[in-house]
Amino acid sequence: MGICYTLRDGKSQGRTELMSIEVTHDPALMPAEPARPVIHPRWVRVTHWVNALTMVVLIASGWQIYNASPLFAFVFPRWVTLGGWLAGALLWHFAAMWLLAVNGLIYVVLGIVTGRFRRKLIPIRPGEVLADARAAFTGKLKYDDLSVYNAVQKLFYLGVIVAGIVVVLSGLAIWKPVQLHELAAAFGGYDTARYVHFFAMAAIVGFLVVHVIMSAIVPTSLRAMITGR
Amino acid sequence: MPRVRRGPPPGVDPELLAKDAAKLMPDPTRRLFLRGGASLGALAFLTGCDIVDGTSAEQALIKISHFNDRAQAWLFNPNKLAPTYPESAVQRPFPFNAYYPEDEAPEVDREDYKLEVGGMVDNTKSWTLDELYALPQETQITRLVCVEGWSAIGKWTGTPLREFLRRIGADTRAKYVWFRCAEGYSTSIDMPTALHPQTQMTFKFDGEILPRKYGFPMKVRMPTKLGFKNPKHVMEIAVTDKYLGGYWEDQGYNWFSGL
Ligand code: HEM
Repeated sequence: MGICYTLRDGKSQGRTELMSIEVTHDPALMPAEPARPVIHPRWVRVTHWVNALTMVVLIASGWQIYNASPLFAFVFPRWVTLGGWLAGALLWHFAAMWLLAVNGLIYVVLGIVTGRFRRKLIPIRPGEVLADARAAFTGKLKYDDLSVYNAVQKLFYLGVIVAGIVVVLSGLAIWKPVQLHELAAAFGGYDTARYVHFFAMAAIVGFLVVHVIMSAIVPTSLRAMITGR
Repeated sequence: MPRVRRGPPPGVDPELLAKDAAKLMPDPTRRLFLRGGASLGALAFLTGCDIVDGTSAEQALIKISHFNDRAQAWLFNPNKLAPTYPESAVQRPFPFNAYYPEDEAPEVDREDYKLEVGGMVDNTKSWTLDELYALPQETQITRLVCVEGWSAIGKWTGTPLREFLRRIGADTRAKYVWFRCAEGYSTSIDMPTALHPQTQMTFKFDGEILPRKYGFPMKVRMPTKLGFKNPKHVMEIAVTDKYLGGYWEDQGYNWFSGL
């Protein structure tokens, strides 16, 4: 990659042979002008932000739905909920769910076929996770190469992708416990699937809190998720 | 308005559940049901301002809800049976749930009762309770799932609705079957659900004549739809091509509400 950028910088007319090497590269990775390398291709950025918006809508409306029949001895304060009352919340929830499912599917399929997951998210070694976690808590973790995720990031991202898949599947199970009763049974039945759905949401919210704090601590990573670089 | 409730079923307190109905209803001071105390809540919080105009967001959501009706109709398999359970799974006492407290459940007189039949049918003669009781009956032990999220397993006995529709000569190419109830409640369902083998005109709950609180003298039980689509105290059945919505559906609950 570095070579390509150098060639571009040189603006040499005579090196057409070498320039042709560039053509074989993914055009999305080729900057129009000299710049930092692309860390997040457009499909990652678009699906990421669509997902972030959809998740917030689903979580806030989901909390309102939860309040109609709480699983635990607490309800969510009204001001963090979306929809105003049960019917309104259900309308939001059952609208946003399509967006989450379609967008999530695009992200996961592209993540697998482009090899992004393989390159960026695996392998995750427990020893590295512990070492990186320790470094993070003592402020020694370096975030200078944004194109490489540290072991804690890998674990978090893979974990939230799994939580996203669980939340969608358990949601389907409680939405259609008759048409998809095999799926509901796989989650231990309708009532248990409700708990699974809740805990998957809780995991995503936990991730979100850490994730948003981290992107505030490392603003260059936030810029990269917006502009790609 | 009671907004907090602890401990839904199992072991539900029926009195607490009666109060729940309040939660199903929109804030009486606001007709715009999408606007809660914090307006659009998280969205306003996200953008820092209230950019989404309530009514247009509401219209868009209603459109998506209609799309969801079609998606669910497509997903509905007329041959797929709801899971059934052993006698031991029946929840006793079974939760009472309505938009009115239990002691305000309508009282329908056994002798005066006549089920009215209308719309696209050959025979619009009304049915007395004795005539209805004489129909062939079946028992199902299935799970009732409430739109609020809780569920409970009950035992219902009655006549498959499709058997009744056959006897009244209903045009089963019609789109909807509509139910009117004693307390002014109403709901309507799609024809494929009306013809589903487990959709039942129910006369008994847990082996006893349907008590007043569970919908005396007749309710329509369908384990393939949410609880509010299962009308109690049914006074009239009509077969129609016209979309007539229903009590909760007209207030924003999804019409198909299939399970
Ligand atoms: C709304 C606030 C959010 C912000 C500000 C935010 C910000 C970011 C940033 C800056 C990155 C790049 C981080 C890096 O380089 O390490 C990132 C990546 C990621 N975020 Fe978020 N995010 C948000 C919401 C979410 C939500 C709700 C989810 C999932 C439930 C999520 C899942 C992910 C994943 C899986 C990645 C890695 C993507 C990849 O490399 O393919 N994010 N986010």
